[in-house]
Formats: sequence, structure tokens, C-alpha cells
Amino acid sequence: MSAADASALPTALPAEEDVRLTRTWATPPGFWGWLTTVDQKQIARRYVVTGLVFFALAGLLAAAMRAQLSRPDNHLLSPDRYNQIFTMHGSTMMFLFAVPIMEGMGLYLVPLMIGARTMAFPRLNAMSYWMYLAGGIFLWTAFILNVGPDIGWFGYVPLSGPEYGIGKRADVWAQMITFTEVAAMAAAASTATSIFKMRAPGMTLARMPIFVWAMLTTAFMIMLAMPAVMLASSFLISDRLIGTHFYNYAEGGSVLLFQHLFWFFGHPEVYIIFIPGLGMVSEITQTFCRRPVFGYPAVVLSMLATGFLAFGLWVHHMFATGLPHMGDSFYTAASMTIAIPSGVQIFCWLATMWDGKPRLAPPMLWVIGFVITFVLGGLSGVMLASVPLDTQVHDTYFVVAHFHYVLIGGAVFPLLGGIYYWFPKATGRMLNEAAGKWSFWLVFLGFHTAFFPMHILGLWGMPRRVWTYPADMGWGALNLTSTIGAYILAAGVLVYVLNLIVSYRRGAPAGPNPWGASGLEWAAASPPPSYNFGLTPVVESRHPLWTGGGRLPTLTGLSLDHREVLLTTVTDARPDLRHGSPSPSIWPLLTAVAVSALFIGSIFDEWWIVWLSIPFALAVLGWFWPRKSHGKKVGAPDETPPGALA
Amino acid sequence: MSRRPAAVPAGQDLSLLPAAGFSAHGLWYWAGLAFMLMEGSAFALACAAYVYLMNSADQWPLEGRAPALSWGTAQTVLLLGSLVPTWFLARAALRRDLKATQGWGVLVAALNALALVIRAVEFLHLNTRWDSDAYGSITWTLILLHTVHLITDFVDTFFLTVFLFTHPVPTERFSDVQDDALYWAYVVFTWLPLYLLIYWAPRWAP
Repeated sequence: MSAADASALPTALPAEEDVRLTRTWATPPGFWGWLTTVDQKQIARRYVVTGLVFFALAGLLAAAMRAQLSRPDNHLLSPDRYNQIFTMHGSTMMFLFAVPIMEGMGLYLVPLMIGARTMAFPRLNAMSYWMYLAGGIFLWTAFILNVGPDIGWFGYVPLSGPEYGIGKRADVWAQMITFTEVAAMAAAASTATSIFKMRAPGMTLARMPIFVWAMLTTAFMIMLAMPAVMLASSFLISDRLIGTHFYNYAEGGSVLLFQHLFWFFGHPEVYIIFIPGLGMVSEITQTFCRRPVFGYPAVVLSMLATGFLAFGLWVHHMFATGLPHMGDSFYTAASMTIAIPSGVQIFCWLATMWDGKPRLAPPMLWVIGFVITFVLGGLSGVMLASVPLDTQVHDTYFVVAHFHYVLIGGAVFPLLGGIYYWFPKATGRMLNEAAGKWSFWLVFLGFHTAFFPMHILGLWGMPRRVWTYPADMGWGALNLTSTIGAYILAAGVLVYVLNLIVSYRRGAPAGPNPWGASGLEWAAASPPPSYNFGLTPVVESRHPLWTGGGRLPTLTGLSLDHREVLLTTVTDARPDLRHGSPSPSIWPLLTAVAVSALFIGSIFDEWWIVWLSIPFALAVLGWFWPRKSHGKKVGAPDETPPGALA
Repeated sequence: MSRRPAAVPAGQDLSLLPAAGFSAHGLWYWAGLAFMLMEGSAFALACAAYVYLMNSADQWPLEGRAPALSWGTAQTVLLLGSLVPTWFLARAALRRDLKATQGWGVLVAALNALALVIRAVEFLHLNTRWDSDAYGSITWTLILLHTVHLITDFVDTFFLTVFLFTHPVPTERFSDVQDDALYWAYVVFTWLPLYLLIYWAPRWAP
């Protein structure tokens, strides 16, 4: 955008002050700056781009699987390679694409939406990204070296245990979990704290954008659910490495303990992936329908209810293990209950469209695709909540169809819509609308062609994870249809990615608010400067750019020469404190390297945990070594601080 | 559309705000809460795993004797007792009273160190190994999880206390001391259910 456009922003500073603030928040140039940056937007962009790379890699694996299954008695892939491929596909999609990319979208958008200069813990964000990247490289290097896990994305024991999981394949899977969960929990802590303490003055909880509510709910779910899978995978590694017996029936262990721990995480995981998508849907819907989302309290409460109920359903993944009847009934009821808040949200979005003036630009098309697909996935979910039906179709392609409808329909469609919607903000350029519509229709039609037949295949009894099938089963035609659909879907993704690449270089200039949207992120320049907002915006309604007659009140007084953020009170967002924000630093990277070495070493010899904890401790010490206090830096009087008794 | 009036005075000069604050006013307090939430979830699930394995077994311990009660009980008494000086430490930090903060800080750091010594003896009297059976594995898990927290808080308290003597102490560091005191209280309270499971469940179970 031009300098004239930028200076017209309601949050723009006078030129001389803008230069000082830019210098204060700048990332050092060159490779060193790349390694040490703590700029929330740079880290978030890396998260999103890395997530898309893993999405493409896992998509290539899906293409290989569909080629193998396209006709009966096919020998394109060996059974062993096929086992690795479906495990890598699921693990990459769940742990290296879906959760991290949603976190990345949150890291980029939350500070902009709440009117903050950065996140609460920028260095923790940096470490989170490095851990995520290290985990992804670790898993994929193992796969390339033919040590890729072959135990399914949920790694059930005893198949993954010491008796059957020979070699290091299961260890690689289990330790990749640790990497990605550490990364996710660090990002969640930073996101939740930012939302509680760094909202713009006046942005009470009741005025928070719905996407921010979604990221807050997700952050809490991550913090509560992810320890379960870390426990499950740590028990697995220690059974394999140091002879513990958590899952060894002969010594009092239990294989079902693994399933309980895994699914206590695994079910909320589904909601961790698609609740951010629900937030994106709300933001896009209101912008393209030109009216606030219908039933804001109902949408927010439904989101919170979904997050809460998600922790009470995990056993429905275990109906086939044989449970007491009371357990069956309880978890069936709980699984059906969660359809209620999801339904409430769907009706709120439909009401918004009904009462608004929808413009069918590509982001809105993705929303409509989401509603159709997600409702279908929800309906097959309610079917699976019924024990007799679940027992019949357990581990068949019916389940594969269901969760792809929920995850692709519920999370990937909103994500692709969201990236299209916020791309102009992040790059300053518009995407090509025609290419956007082509990519939507190819993905939408390809998706349903690929996955709808799987419902029927599942009802006909085709089990998931089979390498091939005999011709006389009669599954060939539907599998071929599914494969054709998958390639159409892949073509749509290719068009989408090409649109991103070409528009990044040649797209039309976007300006700060190309969609005429209502949130604070659109009051920043496109792309936003390193400090996000020059003046601190003040919020007087849920839609600050749609109310107040185009006037956005602002406050001054944050330091121009030191990295400083404004902290506000938790519920009312009244200005409370000025707080220092850290400069670029190499310590997050060094800490991540030390932790990565410890994690990888630990699958070979337990003593590596002891020896490598020394560099880890040194890195943490360097990171947290006390520095000059922020109060001294900015010359604040040593007055009685809030919360002190004196 | 929200009809609440804006709670922000127009034209407020943010440079007049204080540059440090205690507890919920600052950021690190919230980081501490977030980590307590995650670690609390891990503790709760590890306890649930213990109960799950215990309920699946015909007898508990699966073989051998329960851990020796005396050291675990001594640890519990010490940890609960340490809450008193920790409370005074938090109050002194809140008043920004350097002398008192230094004094209570030394005492709390010494008690943390003593807790680690007793923990080492506890390990010797568990009467099971991690690789004996599932009972041994989960018992070691619970006590190891807690020990990691004891070590973390000891390192934190130790360095903060040294800092109190070697550097000028701004309000931010007093706030750190208060957050560290809260974390120690968390470490103490999480021990109570673990103590019951590790030391009493094997005695109460059939």
C-alpha cells in the first residue's frame, strides 16, 4: 500500500514517530534476523506456510493410496509401504497440518483482532515454531529412511508395543507426538494470555470477535487434552525402552489404558481442529452478508459448550472394545448431545445469510461448502454414536468417510476460505477471484466424489487400512470413482496454491480493508507493520469499523523507543499496565535444538535424557536470565504497582 | 450489538500507567496459571491411570510390599509446613520489602532443597522398581512427575533468591518471587492426592 494510504489509517502515527516505532520493533536483517525473530506475524506466516507444505506432502500420500486402491488386486505399492503411507498421511494431517496451521492462523490474527502490538510471549511462540518444525522434519526424515511409522495415526498397542513394533518406527511416531504437543501447548499458553490481558481498551469479553472466542476455547482445549496423548506416548516409549509395563497385560498393564488416554485427547483433537474453523466461518459470514452474525451470544455459548462436551465423548471411539451397557448409553447420549450446539451455530449462520445480503465471493463459497459438508458429516456422526450401528461399521470406510466429511468440511473448507479472506491483510494483495472460484468448485465437487462413495463401501463391509481387495468383492467401481474424485480435489488444491503464489507477486493492491469488514485487523495497514498499530485503538462496540460513523478512537502514550505493550483488565479491558516485550533472541532456537536433541536421543538410550538435559537447562537459563527491568528502560516512576498492598 | 458504555476515558495518556504489577495484573502470572493447568491435567490423568490399573488388578500392589510410609509422610508434613514461610515470602514480595523477601526466600529455598533430599530417600523406599510390573511403573510415574516439579521450583527459587542478594531488585522481580511462591503452593497441593495414591492406596486396596 502507498504511504498516503497508510497515513490515512485511524491508527497511523505522524511520520517521525512512525520511524522511531518501526526501528524499535524491527527484526534484524538477514539470516540472523530470520533465526532470531520474535515478530508474531513472521512466526505465524512460517506456521501457515509449513502447515501447507505438510498438507501437500500428506496429500501426495493420499494420492498414492488412491492410486493403489483404484482397482482390485493392485500391486503398485507394497503392503509395508502402504502401512507406512497411511500412517504418515494421518499423522501428518492431524499433527503437522491441522492443529499447527490453525494455531498459526490464530498467532497471526489474534493480536490484530484484539488491537495488540504482538502476543504475550513472543519468544515462546518462536520456540513453539522451531519445535513444530523439528518434529515434522524428524518424522519425514524417518519416513524417507524407511523408518516411517506403520502403526496407524493412533498407534494402538500391542501393535506399537515392544512385542510387535520391531525397530524404531513406533518410537518415531511416539516422539513426533511429543514434539508437536509441546509446540501446540506453548502456542496455546501464549494465545490465551494474549486474549485475557492484551485486548484493546474497551474490548470487553462481550465485544470480542468470534474468531478470538474460538481461539480462546481451542487454547483451553489444547492445554487440557494434549497432556493425555503425551502421557500415552511417553508410557509407550518407556514400555519400549526401559521395560515398564503400562500396556503389558502379563504384568498387570492394560492395552485399553492406551486407548482411553489416546482418545481422551483424540476426540477433543477433532474440535481443536474445527473450532477455529467455526470462528473463521463467523467472521467471513458477517463480512459477506453485510450484517453482524445472528445470535452472537448463542454462537459463543455453543462454541464453549462444544469445547466442554468434547471431553465427555472419547469412549465412543471404543464401543467395539466391549463396554458395560451403562457406559454405552452414557457415551451415546453425550455424543448425540454435542450435535445440539453445532446445530445452533449452523442455524445462526443460516439466519445471518437469510437476513443479510450474501455476496458469493470465494470466501463465502467456502462457507457454503462448509455448511453442506459439515452437516452431512455431523449426520453420519450421530449415526456412529449409536452402538449397534457403530459396532457394525467400526473400522470400515464408513468411518473414513465420516471423519473426512467432518475434518475437511469442518476445518479445511473454512481454512481455505479464511486464507483467501485474510490473504490481502497479510500480503497487501488480492487473490484472483476467478481462480478462487475454480479452486472452490474443483475441491468441493472432487471432495464429494471422493468421499461420498466411501459411505457405501463401508456399509458393504470394506475395512479401512486394507492394502488391496479381491475383484469379486465388487468394490472396484466405487473405489475408482473415489480415486477420480481425489484427483479432481488435488487439482483444485493446485489451482488454489498457484493462485496464492501468483497473487503474492502480481495480485491487485488490497488496501487496508478490501472487504469492508468490521474487525480491528482491518484498521491496520496491509500488510501490517511490525508493531501492528501505531496508536492504540479503543473499542466501543463489537464491530468497531462499522459503528461510530467511521471514527475509531485511539489512545497515545506507549513507548516509541522501547518494545512496550498495553495490558488491560481481564473482563472489562480497562488500561492497566505498560509491559515490556522481548527483543529478537537466539535462545528460543537454541532451546528448541536442545529439546529436540533430547527427544530424539531418548528413543535410543534413556541416558540421553540425563546428559542432554544439561544443554537444555543452560539454554533455558540463558533465555530467562534477568535483564534490565522495563520500568527502568522507559524511566517509569517506581510507584505503587497494581496489586501491591503498600 | 453490545450496549455497554465504553470503560475507557477518552484521551487517557497511557504513558502514565505503571510499568509493573503483581499477580493478575502482570503477564507471567498468567503463564504460570497456563502451565499449572497443563500440568494439572497431566497429574489428573496419571492419577486416573493409576486408579484404572489398580481397579483392573486382583491385588494391589501386584506383588511385594507397599512403599514405606514414614518418608512419604515426612515429605508431606514438610511440604505442608513449607506453606507458612512461603505465604510470608509472598506477602513480603508484595510489600516490596527487600530484607524480609531475602530472609523468607532463603528459608523457602532451604526447605525446597530439603524436600529434594527426602524425595531421594523416598525413591529408595518405594519397594518396587519401574520395570517390576504395572504397579511399579505407575508408582514411579507419579513420583517422578512430582519430582520434576520439585526440581523446577527449586531451581526457580534458588536463582531468584541469589538474584535478590546480587542485583538491585525492581518490582518485576518482586512480582516473580510472588509468582514463584504461588507455584510452590501448587506443587505442594498436587502432592496430596499423589501421596494418598502412592502411600495409602496400596494399603487400602484389597
